[in-house]
Amino acid sequence: MDRSVEPEPGAGPGGHATAPTRASTLRIATAGSVDDGKSTLIGRLLLDSKQVFADQLRHVEEASRRRGDGYVDLALLTDGLRAEREQGITIDVAYRYFATPRRRFIVADTPGHARYTRNMVTGASTADVSLILLDARKGVVEQTKRHAFVSALVGVRHLVICVNKLDLVDWSERVFDEIVSDFGDFAAKLELGEVTFIPISALHGDNVVERSGNTPWYDGPPLLYHLEHLHVASDRNLVDCRFPVQWVIRPLDDEHSGYRGYAGQVASGVFRAGDEVVVLPSGERTRIAGIDGPEGELEEAFPPMSVALRLADDVDVSRGDVICRPDNRPTRARDIEAMVCWMSERPLRPGQRLHLKHTTRWTQVTVEDVRYRVDVETLHRDRGADRLELNDIGRVHLRTSSLLLVDDYRRNRQMGSFILVDEATNDTVAAGMISAIVTGDGAREAGRSPNVVWQPSAIERPERWRALGACGATVWLTGLPASGKSTIGAALERALVERGAHAYMLDGDNLRHGLNGNLGFSAEDRSENIRRTAEVARLFADAGSIAIVTLVSPYRSDRERARELHARDGLEFVEVHVDTPLEECERRDPKGLYARARRGELTGMTGVDDPYEPPEQPDLTIAGGEPGEAVARILEELERRGIVAP
Amino acid sequence: MSYELSHLRALEAEAVHVMREVAAEFERPVLLFSGGKDSAVLVRLAEKAFRPGRFPFPLMHVDTGHNFPEVIEYRDRLVERIGERLIVASVEESIRQGRVVEETGPRASRNRLQTVTLLDAIAEHRFDAAFGGARRDEERARAKERVLSFRNEAGQWDPKSQRPEPWALYNTRIRRGEHVRVFPLSNWTELDVWQYIAEEGIELPSIYFAHRRQVFRRDGMLYAVSPFVELMDGEEPFEASVRYRTVGDMTCTGGVESKAATLEEVVAEIAATRVTERGETRADDRVSEAAMEDRKRVGYF
Repeated sequence: MDRSVEPEPGAGPGGHATAPTRASTLRIATAGSVDDGKSTLIGRLLLDSKQVFADQLRHVEEASRRRGDGYVDLALLTDGLRAEREQGITIDVAYRYFATPRRRFIVADTPGHARYTRNMVTGASTADVSLILLDARKGVVEQTKRHAFVSALVGVRHLVICVNKLDLVDWSERVFDEIVSDFGDFAAKLELGEVTFIPISALHGDNVVERSGNTPWYDGPPLLYHLEHLHVASDRNLVDCRFPVQWVIRPLDDEHSGYRGYAGQVASGVFRAGDEVVVLPSGERTRIAGIDGPEGELEEAFPPMSVALRLADDVDVSRGDVICRPDNRPTRARDIEAMVCWMSERPLRPGQRLHLKHTTRWTQVTVEDVRYRVDVETLHRDRGADRLELNDIGRVHLRTSSLLLVDDYRRNRQMGSFILVDEATNDTVAAGMISAIVTGDGAREAGRSPNVVWQPSAIERPERWRALGACGATVWLTGLPASGKSTIGAALERALVERGAHAYMLDGDNLRHGLNGNLGFSAEDRSENIRRTAEVARLFADAGSIAIVTLVSPYRSDRERARELHARDGLEFVEVHVDTPLEECERRDPKGLYARARRGELTGMTGVDDPYEPPEQPDLTIAGGEPGEAVARILEELERRGIVAP
Repeated sequence: MSYELSHLRALEAEAVHVMREVAAEFERPVLLFSGGKDSAVLVRLAEKAFRPGRFPFPLMHVDTGHNFPEVIEYRDRLVERIGERLIVASVEESIRQGRVVEETGPRASRNRLQTVTLLDAIAEHRFDAAFGGARRDEERARAKERVLSFRNEAGQWDPKSQRPEPWALYNTRIRRGEHVRVFPLSNWTELDVWQYIAEEGIELPSIYFAHRRQVFRRDGMLYAVSPFVELMDGEEPFEASVRYRTVGDMTCTGGVESKAATLEEVVAEIAATRVTERGETRADDRVSEAAMEDRKRVGYF
């Protein structure tokens, strides 16, 4: 195998193994239990990659001798604080640095115990790769799971599991394989990227820097080689252009009097001189006139560069604003669903007020709800939890006092992360990751929202409708099976189209042939059927069509939700109750459904053995009469609301 | 296009981000300037962060009165070139005012005293954030220190109750009278600093390069002969070619024998060295196993 850990010529005899100045950096987060040998492993990496200086080693040798250890305790190289040396534990995040000719490494070394989950989250928050140690004799334990969970939560894309102390189990391949398989069972429930297992002995150095002769059955590379060659460049988001403004450079001297540089660090995406951009939240549009980087003017800027953007027009930009591309914007949010790691001894409770820092912006938040707490070992979500204690991880709903511009954390670490700060003590009490954004009144329903960020359209609704000469809305016809909904709907559709309006009927039965083909008639499936149909109707309405929904939709709550969905989006929603008496419906029974239900061939038939909850305040009630009359009344209502011209 | 930054430029971007963040969120920041290589890098980074504008903070030098004259010359030349404001806080003055008592004897040093002068100056000017050039690779206690390191009203550091610092979201909220130390070079190593100096062509005090001077040997280190140090029995001055790896007081900073007279030669020597800079050249860190941690707790740089 092509190994190259020896310093290159010119790097000097065993001194700093120098990374060429053009080498890239790999950020590693390590975690492991107290006795797993994590500090020893890091000491070993430092020592074997020639990063330990003579005076440091002398120091460690002396300390080991003083304590009566029979060997040089490499862990002493890394356990920095007095309390840690005294108690023989690691209590905080410590940062270590080493380099090989291929790469430069920053190691965030964190303690393994549950008590230090917050340190683990901190260490992992900036990591490219998580290094998890476990003791071969003990296998996958609670802490292993905790570390894997935290890595997945924080979005570390690469995981390396070092199965340590394999010398103590006679280098057993079987033990190693069992651990791999045990971990796989647990990890299947997590969103993890690449997972690599390496059998090592940190104390003796097997498979750390050099390949070990003790593991002929292992054909992978040693740890250092793996870390040197790990491909992480593609983990960054180069798609969504986000530039949170940090500082405005505004020289006062005459020579630069016209200069305005909007300084900040590129959060994601690639910005180029000449790009059309929009400043949020104001929405003003301009172009990038130039990009000033640390080494002069740049053609383009990408993360994590710190640059200053000059804009072509005199727009109002200040700290906290986000510059992005007009066709790809973050979401404006005041209600946020987020996973948080609670870091304070005083628990988090609903009703609590906190400061929140997100990118370059501070705001205040109120904790609206604790959705659930995650049991890290079983991954069980405890929905009964009403608080989060120190080191707990859970999902919360926060309401901010001012608007934030956010993205989903999983897509964008910079735009999806925040910290919470105690108002009284100023302590940092939580690390948060945005997992969903809820707009307007729908906050209560956040649990139902998908875990993705809304991608705003480049075209605003009024502009679209004006161009199309359209005005969208949803007409929702509800009623018993065979009450005449579809007949009325079809006639309404024809009448509208003949008037030149965009109209489209979404018939419940028809949708069940496609979009909702996988749904049955249980209460749950019916709800889902309605939720989907309501979403589709909302999209049609937003696009400028009059969506005509004909759906039994027996449950009041489901219809209410459909109405809220539209209200939240500022779209008209006309609920029409087609109130045909059950006997009349049974008499008509064009599809023979009532007859089959009565014969017991069909269960869950609305009106027969499943309830129909009539609307309490429908916008219109159609009780009998010709379909033509019903259509006329609906058209009247649409005219009254200004949706169609009289 | 790989869209990958070299590690030096990634470190630079991180440091510039830290400086802008602090400048934006604190009312009265200050940059602690020692005249050493790390503070020279800080000044260059401030130029990167704020030019063509002015620095939104002054520089402050805690002058022990025992500095190498070459460093003071360098300091004044640099301030002249960049056109920014320099505040000098004087240990001499603290002694005159009875705030501190001068140590005596051949091992006397003002190193400990400057902590008082520094804290007094921070209080007097009501600084709420002080940039320093400390790096986590220097010493084990520093390995755990935050980029924004909180100091209580007495200027003290409590390593056990440090604020978590996830992502690059810095908590800048403090109460009146408290301050933070800010370390933009936290993730740099000594070699990174030297390579950056070389890449950027940053000017340094001449004592960083090999020169001939009168020295004497003590505890295995070569100290400069100066009016501030009493020689002990058996210590004989002699001339040698030395350079310094760190810049502190003449009383506690040792030089290394070297012929490296250019930046390239120094970088090559640093790359090959077997001893840390503080271990090799700083008497103040050799006092005890936890020397740095103890001094940091009471408010040292």
